[in-house]
Amino acid sequence: MSEVTIRMNVNGTARRGRIEPRKTLADFLREDCVATSVHLACEHGVCGACTVIVDGVASRSCLMFAVQADGASITTAEGLANPDGSLGIVQDAFRQCHGLQCGFCTPGFVVSVTAFLQENPDPSLEEIREGISGNLCRCTGYQGIIKAVQHAAAAGRTAVTSTEGN
Amino acid sequence: MAQPHVSMSDKHRERAPMFEGTAARFVGQKVLRKEDPRLVTGHGQYVDDVVLPGMVHATFLRSNVAKGRITKLDTSAALGLDGVIAVYTHEDLHFPANAIVPTMMMAMGGPVCPENLLAKDDVRFVGDCIAVVVAESRYIAEDALELIDLEIVAETPVVDIEDALTDTHIVHKELGTNIIGTVDIPRDPHIEGLLTESAHVITATFNQARQTNAPMETKGIVASWDRFRGELVVHMSNQNPHEIRRRAADLLAIDESKVHVSQQDVGGGFGQKMFMPREEAVIVLLAREVGRPLKWIEDRRENLMASNHARRDRGTVTFALDADANIVAGYVDINEDAGAYPFGGAGTGAMAGMLLQGPYKLQRTAFKSYAVFTNTCGRAAYRGPWQFESVIREQMVEHVARRIGMDPVELRRRNVIQWEDLPWTTPLQAMVYDNMSPAETLDQAVEMIGYEAFRAEQKRAFEEEGRLLGIGFSLYIEPSAQNMGPLATEGATVQISGTGKVDVFMGTGSHGQSIETTMAQIVAEELGVHVDDVEVHQGDSNTPFGGGTGGSRTASIVSGAGRAAAIQVRQKVFQIAAHLLEANPDDLEIDSSVVSVKGTPAGKTVTLAQVAHTALYATEGLPPGMETGLEATARHRQEAVTWSNACHVCTVEVNANTGAVSFARYIVSEDCGLMINPMVVEGQVAGGVVQGIAGVLYEDFRYDADGNPLTTTFMDYLLPTAAEVPIIEHGHIETPSNTPGGYKGMGEGGAIGAPPCVFNAVADALWLRGIEVFDHPLGPNEILNALATAH
Repeated sequence: MSEVTIRMNVNGTARRGRIEPRKTLADFLREDCVATSVHLACEHGVCGACTVIVDGVASRSCLMFAVQADGASITTAEGLANPDGSLGIVQDAFRQCHGLQCGFCTPGFVVSVTAFLQENPDPSLEEIREGISGNLCRCTGYQGIIKAVQHAAAAGRTAVTSTEGN
Repeated sequence: MAQPHVSMSDKHRERAPMFEGTAARFVGQKVLRKEDPRLVTGHGQYVDDVVLPGMVHATFLRSNVAKGRITKLDTSAALGLDGVIAVYTHEDLHFPANAIVPTMMMAMGGPVCPENLLAKDDVRFVGDCIAVVVAESRYIAEDALELIDLEIVAETPVVDIEDALTDTHIVHKELGTNIIGTVDIPRDPHIEGLLTESAHVITATFNQARQTNAPMETKGIVASWDRFRGELVVHMSNQNPHEIRRRAADLLAIDESKVHVSQQDVGGGFGQKMFMPREEAVIVLLAREVGRPLKWIEDRRENLMASNHARRDRGTVTFALDADANIVAGYVDINEDAGAYPFGGAGTGAMAGMLLQGPYKLQRTAFKSYAVFTNTCGRAAYRGPWQFESVIREQMVEHVARRIGMDPVELRRRNVIQWEDLPWTTPLQAMVYDNMSPAETLDQAVEMIGYEAFRAEQKRAFEEEGRLLGIGFSLYIEPSAQNMGPLATEGATVQISGTGKVDVFMGTGSHGQSIETTMAQIVAEELGVHVDDVEVHQGDSNTPFGGGTGGSRTASIVSGAGRAAAIQVRQKVFQIAAHLLEANPDDLEIDSSVVSVKGTPAGKTVTLAQVAHTALYATEGLPPGMETGLEATARHRQEAVTWSNACHVCTVEVNANTGAVSFARYIVSEDCGLMINPMVVEGQVAGGVVQGIAGVLYEDFRYDADGNPLTTTFMDYLLPTAAEVPIIEHGHIETPSNTPGGYKGMGEGGAIGAPPCVFNAVADALWLRGIEVFDHPLGPNEILNALATAH
């Protein structure tokens, strides 16, 4: 099958690949960009484990071809840690609130929650439940995840306040 | 909201002579998980992240017919596709008999069904494997599947478990019957008398819906054969590395020492990954044929339709009560769906029958259980494999309460085993109940939910607004941490490096249970070091033999081994430190890795690093004749099961227009002995509860009359989302077990207690309209149909 060349920025690093047009974005990120946080748990766009941010929009990378993201800027869960490797606000909230057990769905949740809180920094409980209902978790019963979103929202507001105070 | 927490009272302590209190610096604390930093940043390593030089990819050709005969299987076109390396069928697989029978089932004899890894002449369920393509990429392998010329002549399948009993059509022709594993404990004349002449004799039949484990990470394996060393290396998403090693060795007829099984992170299992499945067995066999690392990653459709199913059971139960509403006898007849190729989880009906008594003073029980083959996906272990005992009993208790016009809480209180009744020997199997608190958890749950106030509100809401509110309870005890076969034993090696840091090696297969954290807490506690200084290495066959992570066994059995090894090492630390400090070892204590003489805060000390340096690098400083090093391997043997117990209660509202069920509250009062890490305990409870709720309200794996699966995507098989689940409230009662540390197994309990609890709540709401329901699932359609019968 003929191949095409694509370029994208993945977590701040320029990536180029020659791939078959049918290769999914998820497979390209996992196999060609060492972004193995992108997990495939359904490959039909329901579970959200493969969620990445494509040009600012949370997207299911299993439902996109890599060629559709040619030229895009992509953020995965790896890219949400702090530059020194310490946990980002959402990642730390998941740890503090026991928002994960096996961890397989977690990177997708971390990405989805990050995008959700950017749109709605101060969500109600019902908004949180609705806002994360596009991601599936089989271990936690969502209890710790819901708390983690509340925790991250509060931490995010504190961070914004302290930045503004400077 | 503050959550009630009842610690053991003196009466409990007297019954737990082996429990020795510790300072509880780490045990009993909410220690954040060591696993998390890598997982939340996406740096876990799951099996699909394993990429080896020269690796090739496998996919399976599967049957789309429930039962039929293969009349044509031509793979030549597939073989001709560029990038295809080989296509294998039944004739290519050669392995010894019994090679994939789970070790723990060996004592029960050979396989219960034919060991067809790939279909020989006929297919037996939709999803049955027929051929394997090996290719340079997964994409090419899937292309090649399309090129295989397959013809199957369909035959009449067996789909329904009651139809299977007639043997009109046979799933496995070579066996001659669909019925397997009958266990018959007949009613003796005394029980027969009670079941016919008591004041109340009530019979009901309950069906449970088919559910599947559905871990977020599907199954997968990378197997590499090194022909120069004669060794197999297996990376696999599994719960049980030592079992996988044994089965792989048996499949290839090589020594176990020539197999290395390794896993890093595993994305859930819930029983599905406890044994060697058929697909992984094929990959192990073919890895030697192919001669290159061979990867197979199951997709979601395969996982849902062909990995394993569970829970499809029918129970017909009879309870006899005397005039004072004491339940005096019980009998149940259980039919269990084994599917076509069950493994390591079928035959649970007998356990359900034996545990029918549950937490009640039910003196006389008998049962008959049997499983049937059907042309559906095989049954395997799923979190609380025999939880049907709680389903039939707790749904029956509330059914009986309605029939005799008694409050279900009052009926339970009248019959529940009290602390004063313990130890209690069950009439069947002579199991000895002890160190449990069913009556106390019932009281705690009743208090937390505000039972009387809810009943008043329920009445008001129905009478004034016509709303259907309901409340349901379930009360159960759980024989956790089994003491049978390979499940009875675990080992641990505790080893201190020359810098005083602690490595622990355990044979577990963690897949979300937080073992790296909780077992580090145990070892840190006993060694007197900080939990951050302990690393638990597991998920690898290069560890002391263990029975795998499942059956709620880590907290009690694995901790027993870790604790024993840590105590041995601590004793040696004290001997060396005593030599260095010129003190008596019996006078020493260790805290935060500093050894000192008790009661001398300003006295001389020596650090664990100094002791370890002496043991490994400056061995001339050791006491004369002492062996070098600071390490110990110890094993724990579980002499008896631990008895966890819990009471669940939830309140719901049924929408009579849509059939939807919404939760108001969900409470679990749990007694799992002393908690190693309350955060982890509550996480396990919550996860189990939501799976249990889902089994009643949402999931429901369905087949049509021809045996075609109808729910093979997450758009049809509905895992609950954050939008549906209740916020779970926890109450804790801690009654120590009489195993070292006082812990009990608890990972399965949530999934045991939840199904009857939510069922009972919906049933209670429907009873306002005089409607009774008996079967799972209770989706919107079932509820609307039930409501329609009221008119």
